[in-house]
Amino acid sequence: MTATMILKIVRYVLLDVMRNRWVLGYAVFFFALTDVLLRLGGSGPRALLSLLNVVVLLIPLVTIVFGTIYWHGAREFNELLLSQPVERSTLFHGLFAGLVLPLSAAYMVGVSIPLALHQAIDRETAPLLGMMLVAGVALTAVFGALAVLIGGLVDDRLKGLGIALGVWVLLTVAYDGLVLWVAMAYQDYPIEGAMLALTFANPVDLARVLLIMRFDVSALMGYTGAVVQRLLGGSLGALAAAGGLMVWTIVPGLFALRAFRRRDF
Amino acid sequence: MPRVVEARGIVKSYGRLRVLQGLDLTVQRAQVTAIIGPNASGKTTFNKILLGLVRPDGGEITIDGARINGSSAYRANIGYMPQAARFPENLCADDVFRMLADIRGVSADSAGGSTSGPAHGLTSGPAHGLTSGPASGLPSGLVHGLTTGPASGLTSAPAGRAGSRRSSERDEELIETLSLGPVLKTPIRLLSGGMRQRVNAALAFLFRPSLLLLDEPTAGLDPISSSTLKDKILRERAAGRTFILTSHVLSELEELADRITFLLDGVAHFSGTQDELKHQTNQPTLERAIAQLMRQRASLPAPEGAP
Repeated sequence: MTATMILKIVRYVLLDVMRNRWVLGYAVFFFALTDVLLRLGGSGPRALLSLLNVVVLLIPLVTIVFGTIYWHGAREFNELLLSQPVERSTLFHGLFAGLVLPLSAAYMVGVSIPLALHQAIDRETAPLLGMMLVAGVALTAVFGALAVLIGGLVDDRLKGLGIALGVWVLLTVAYDGLVLWVAMAYQDYPIEGAMLALTFANPVDLARVLLIMRFDVSALMGYTGAVVQRLLGGSLGALAAAGGLMVWTIVPGLFALRAFRRRDF
Repeated sequence: MPRVVEARGIVKSYGRLRVLQGLDLTVQRAQVTAIIGPNASGKTTFNKILLGLVRPDGGEITIDGARINGSSAYRANIGYMPQAARFPENLCADDVFRMLADIRGVSADSAGGSTSGPAHGLTSGPAHGLTSGPASGLPSGLVHGLTTGPASGLTSAPAGRAGSRRSSERDEELIETLSLGPVLKTPIRLLSGGMRQRVNAALAFLFRPSLLLLDEPTAGLDPISSSTLKDKILRERAAGRTFILTSHVLSELEELADRITFLLDGVAHFSGTQDELKHQTNQPTLERAIAQLMRQRASLPAPEGAP
């Protein structure tokens, strides 16, 4: 009953979102970038490795900005649908899926099609591509949940957008600086546990660790990646990182749902 | 008289702004209850509380004997026409009708076939329209409920709900009479304000709800659409539907309102029929009576309305 209702809502949200040029542009961007990297670099793994940093920075940025705007724009939907026999939680899940699904699909299609066109998907590339897609979708879910939380708590559109950008800067750029500073300041102490905790406290780091352990390029792993590798090992580390990303989706999502249930429309 | 809506002590503040401060209000079946009052007196907030769009800080509302407690099923019997219609940007009216039909579990494909039916009856005269329209689908329970009184349940009142789950569940009369046919496929954002308001009106009646909340329904409508809508309201009241209407248009109130509730500073200062209002204020017309009511409140804490 509820599941079918959510699906119905997703259908009509998608009808609205798909007429939006943002999502299309997002897919075209990934398509063009992957295509260019393949032409320049040649092999699949090298192109994907170059793509990695773009994925880790750009997916959070686009998702959190688009998501915050989307959540404000959805108010029309909300008023209309909540005057109908629709539960608030049902609408919430429908709207969230309507945000994450198109962005994820655009990313996956944009990256996969050039690889397929260049016939670059071989036995080495396929698992890497799979992991890239998983990590990208996970980041979309995490930052979608954060966007929904910000959009739900901050009524002012511009203020919400500002906070969204702030969160992005904090989690991508500023966080690295913080980690380095901690590492420098306490280099005489055994701080591996603390570093591990810091990694798990940041979804972007988690996604990066998840990917880099796959690529087996320790030079790129950075401090946190090395710590995870050593303390948790390959597959356990990957599992823990995936779990961490899930927590990062569910916890902000639950807070957003709580705010959505309580608010006045 | 069976009570459809019963609100007791409704309190609601937005931050420091206290909108409703202990509002009591009852709405009786098959009547038009008008809520009047100056701007920002809490009329729209009350409508939104009835719909569950706004959560009250205190007080209790029962709709047809059941308390509103956050579940959504009761809204299947409510039609809402908000003051300013807001629709998803890229959808057209037809999309919206389809979507809501789909969500309410009413068959969505009936749109084409049934439009001609009720509209036909209407153009050939009101008397005809009434019998061929919603009245024909009335379950006998309604007539019973009307004459004998006791609340037989909101769900049993409206036409067709208990009956077949087919096109009779949708009332597309207003789509026709408000000439919405040609713009059904136009994205709503391209429609004029008045056209949007017509879509809004058609939507409120579309699923044959037994309780309709109309928030300044004729604001922005041209005189023809406005009288079409008023005719529709009167017909549907006769068919047993209940209305809560907010309006500033006195002629409209005079024509439609069975009971009037005067809202001021978040409290009902008067509730009663038009005659009771004129009588109590000692004024010959509704306009003067309301003006008197507004003047009174400055001096004394007005007495509670009729029993």
